[in-house]
Amino acid sequence: MTTTLYTSDHEWLAIDGDVATVGITDYAQQQLGDVVFVELPKVGRSLKKAEAAAVVESVKAASDVYAPISGEVLEANAELASEPALVNSDAQGKAWFFKIRIADRSELGGLMDEAAYKAHTA
Amino acid sequence: MLAHDQDSLKRTPLYDLHMSLGGKMVPFAGYDMPVQYPAGVLKEHVHTRTKAGLFDVSHMGQLALRPKSGNVEDAARALERLVPQDIVAIAAGRQRYAQFTNDDGGILDDLMVANFGDHLFLVVNAACKAEDEAHLRGNLSDACVIEQLADRALIALQGPKAEAVLAKFCADAPAMKFMDAGPHEVAGIKCFVSRSGYTGEDGFEISVPSGDAERLAKMLLENSDVLPIGLGARDSLRLEAGLCLYGHDIDTSTTPVEAALEWSVQKSRRTGGTRAGGFPGAAKILAHFDGGASRRRVGLRAEGRAPVREGALLFANDAGGEPIGQVTSGGFGPSLSAPVAMGYVPTASSALGTKLFAEVRGQRLPLQVAAMPFVKNTYKR
Repeated sequence: MTTTLYTSDHEWLAIDGDVATVGITDYAQQQLGDVVFVELPKVGRSLKKAEAAAVVESVKAASDVYAPISGEVLEANAELASEPALVNSDAQGKAWFFKIRIADRSELGGLMDEAAYKAHTA
Repeated sequence: MLAHDQDSLKRTPLYDLHMSLGGKMVPFAGYDMPVQYPAGVLKEHVHTRTKAGLFDVSHMGQLALRPKSGNVEDAARALERLVPQDIVAIAAGRQRYAQFTNDDGGILDDLMVANFGDHLFLVVNAACKAEDEAHLRGNLSDACVIEQLADRALIALQGPKAEAVLAKFCADAPAMKFMDAGPHEVAGIKCFVSRSGYTGEDGFEISVPSGDAERLAKMLLENSDVLPIGLGARDSLRLEAGLCLYGHDIDTSTTPVEAALEWSVQKSRRTGGTRAGGFPGAAKILAHFDGGASRRRVGLRAEGRAPVREGALLFANDAGGEPIGQVTSGGFGPSLSAPVAMGYVPTASSALGTKLFAEVRGQRLPLQVAAMPFVKNTYKR
């Protein structure tokens, strides 16, 4: 059973046991426009909450994606390197960015559920 | 997203149209301008290269220089005091790219100058238009009456279908060649039409009285080949075309020679020419022509897919060393599906194929000096 949580910086986290899959929300991709490049963290990197973890670039600009929680990077989505436009077509599905082992479950407490995130972007 | 005080921003005569078309508005040079429409930058860019795009460039400055003598050549001679171009040689019905230079040989603004037979018509950058007007008044008022044409909008129609679309409203359009410019009726409206633009594509710029601008834009947009295009795609199109953006690729610290704009300075104004010198900064600019400049604007292509953007420092090696230059414009080229950039490097490192590195987020990414335009232009010569 997975639970999806959201950050105020427009990232989503699908929590499955002690692993979180992280991506950017559909709202975020709409704001960014056409994504042309994604830079992902290296597998094995230990991320601290709020540190720049990935970069997503549109034609116009580069934007940082921050680690929503602390933990070790277990996997990065190699498909995004060859097909960055997936972020526009399936932001909350195939275009996940990376998977992270949750280091401190108490950090999840500060995240939003879907209803709260919807209110945040309304 | 940047919050901005919309009350302090100026609006072009096409503002309501941008809103009705779903334009995403951003502040640009003091104007509230569409950066993109719902189609998005990528589609707008590709549409302009394959069909036709309509751009609102009404924020740009339009000026008339009328000779007090009644002889347009006197206005041309006067303007030559401020630019290194041969203005006298611009035939009636033609236009030319030029730069206002300063005493240090730097560039105050770049502009288009057209000869309309009895006066000169100038188009200057939005951010510089007030200073340009003051500069013209301060230096040319003995010979010219300078008139800011604030009651005119400017619409660019660019792309391979531009001629066919405009021909429906302007019978003169198909016969025009690249850089032809003059008064023409478009849909019965008295306009100034030039066959030029800022995309590398064939196309037109249409100066239209403000009150008729929305009606004309709507008529052009009714054609299914025409989409409205925002500033985002305007920037990626001009970058692929290798065209300079004032304030980024050229400014008061760059001479026309450093900026690789030698082609725009005619022989008559260079050393040994019939009207050599006589423009601000001539000593430095002609020295650059005669002895070379130490740095040069070049095109840059990345080996990887990461865009290299404005401000990125350039290095000779993949580690260590001092920066040798800087990127002045860069991003993703949608027609090439690859990053493209331009920047300044030492002349010794400016040969095509020279390998360089750009620092992006702490990493040195390999680049090569590449020929511009990155995308072949399709001007109708």
